[in-house]
Amino acid sequence: MMFEILDAEVLGIITLTLRMTLFSTAISSLIGIPLGLWLDSARFAGKKLVVIINRTLMASPPVVVGLVVYLLLMRNGPFGFMGLLFTFEAMVIAQVLLLTPIICGIVHTASARSAEGIRLFARTMGANKTQTQLLLIKELGNDIFFAVVTGFGRAMSEVGAIMIVGGNIRHQTRTMTTTISLLRGMGEIHQAIFLGAVLMLIAFSVQMTADFFRKRERASDENF
Amino acid sequence: MKKKLATILTIIVCLALIATLAGCAAQPAPTPPPASEPAPAQTQPAPPPEEPEETGEITLATTTSTADSGLLDFILPNFTEVTGWDIRVISVGTGAALQLGRDGEADVVLVHARSEEDRFVAEGYAPRRHDVMYNDFVIVGPSDGPIAHNSDVAATFTAILEQNLPFISRGDNSGTHIRELDIWSALDLTPEDNAEYIEVGQGMGATLGMAVETQSYTLADRATWLAYPDVGDLVIVCEGSDLLLNPYGVMLVSTTLHPVGAQAFIDWMTSPATQELIGSFGVEQFGQPLFFPEA
Repeated sequence: MMFEILDAEVLGIITLTLRMTLFSTAISSLIGIPLGLWLDSARFAGKKLVVIINRTLMASPPVVVGLVVYLLLMRNGPFGFMGLLFTFEAMVIAQVLLLTPIICGIVHTASARSAEGIRLFARTMGANKTQTQLLLIKELGNDIFFAVVTGFGRAMSEVGAIMIVGGNIRHQTRTMTTTISLLRGMGEIHQAIFLGAVLMLIAFSVQMTADFFRKRERASDENF
Repeated sequence: MKKKLATILTIIVCLALIATLAGCAAQPAPTPPPASEPAPAQTQPAPPPEEPEETGEITLATTTSTADSGLLDFILPNFTEVTGWDIRVISVGTGAALQLGRDGEADVVLVHARSEEDRFVAEGYAPRRHDVMYNDFVIVGPSDGPIAHNSDVAATFTAILEQNLPFISRGDNSGTHIRELDIWSALDLTPEDNAEYIEVGQGMGATLGMAVETQSYTLADRATWLAYPDVGDLVIVCEGSDLLLNPYGVMLVSTTLHPVGAQAFIDWMTSPATQELIGSFGVEQFGQPLFFPEA
């Protein structure tokens, strides 16, 4: 037996997982949301190709991303001097590479659907660039929120990449999913299932929270 | 603004944690029930249904070392050729391999953790254990590290602990992990006293890779060590001690649905011809055998 149902170690693993997920989602959102909006408004040659590449990256296999990050961070790799391999930071880096295209893609799709009208409206009202962007973000709030929540869920359930770059080191880079994978390898199926249930429960409460915020958003839409 | 964001994030985390704790109250229920059969083995020699099956397919649960080193690919075609039985290999850690046997998912198991194997037999999951082969473990570490090549496991492990040298433990209940823990406890040492001792819960290959990257010490089976493509500047620092002997055992799972095929596998594994085949594996490629016959 590795641990009791919910001892300090399991709590530590849950906390680490949430910390990693929050960090990765936050950073990916900060990059992905503006990028998605920009991708819709910008006009440049090869834009279609960029969009297609982004869609491809949305489906990039986590193990491949993990391997790429591993190669970049390994001792003899280009960023080896930073000593980041098998650390919390390495897992966040891999996650950001996985999540950013997803968030960017969802925001871009939503934006392509309805941003044109909003921009037109803003321009008629004499809004400057910043004001237009802010209005866009406000109007696309639900979609952006959905993008962020999707990223969050993806980050929390990811295992292939973080196993490779984090190394599943006990007390350091062991997350819920890598623990489940380990427990399965050890033949401790029931503990693995238990941890999986906890993971689903957290995912559920995150969705509940998201739903709560979304409803409020809709209400304020009506007032607008 | 920042504060607000922090507050929202905190709320989310708290909600999640509360939900978790709430979930736990209800949890003990889901955990035990699926706890599969405690004693499945009363239909011991599974009465052969009508036709005593001549051939078919059996499942072998084994450790990653036998598969990763290439041994099974080397010898198993001969099994099918000689007996007519097909064989399916599931390679996992020793702990998981034995669990597959307990769950009745495997017909035969080939593992390397004597204490666990004896327990498996004692619990009635197998009639007995058969010696098959052995090789040995090696302690590997950075070539420019403070430990010179030696054959004293006690001194090596003590040095790693006392000098806080980085050590990577498999931490996955595998035969290698169990052996490592056995050594620590035989020496009456607590590896966790070393701040540089980490558990990675991964296979032998992945663990070696991490040791190469982080210039750490680790315990490896010689077969995987020799077969690993790029060990960087890691070298063997300790080998040749009795404490490092690594015997493999094969067992017929009592609940097998293919007793004929399973027995055929045991007989074939321990036959002189197969033993010779095992001993010849790797000689050409590595200049030395990876496994030594012991049946």
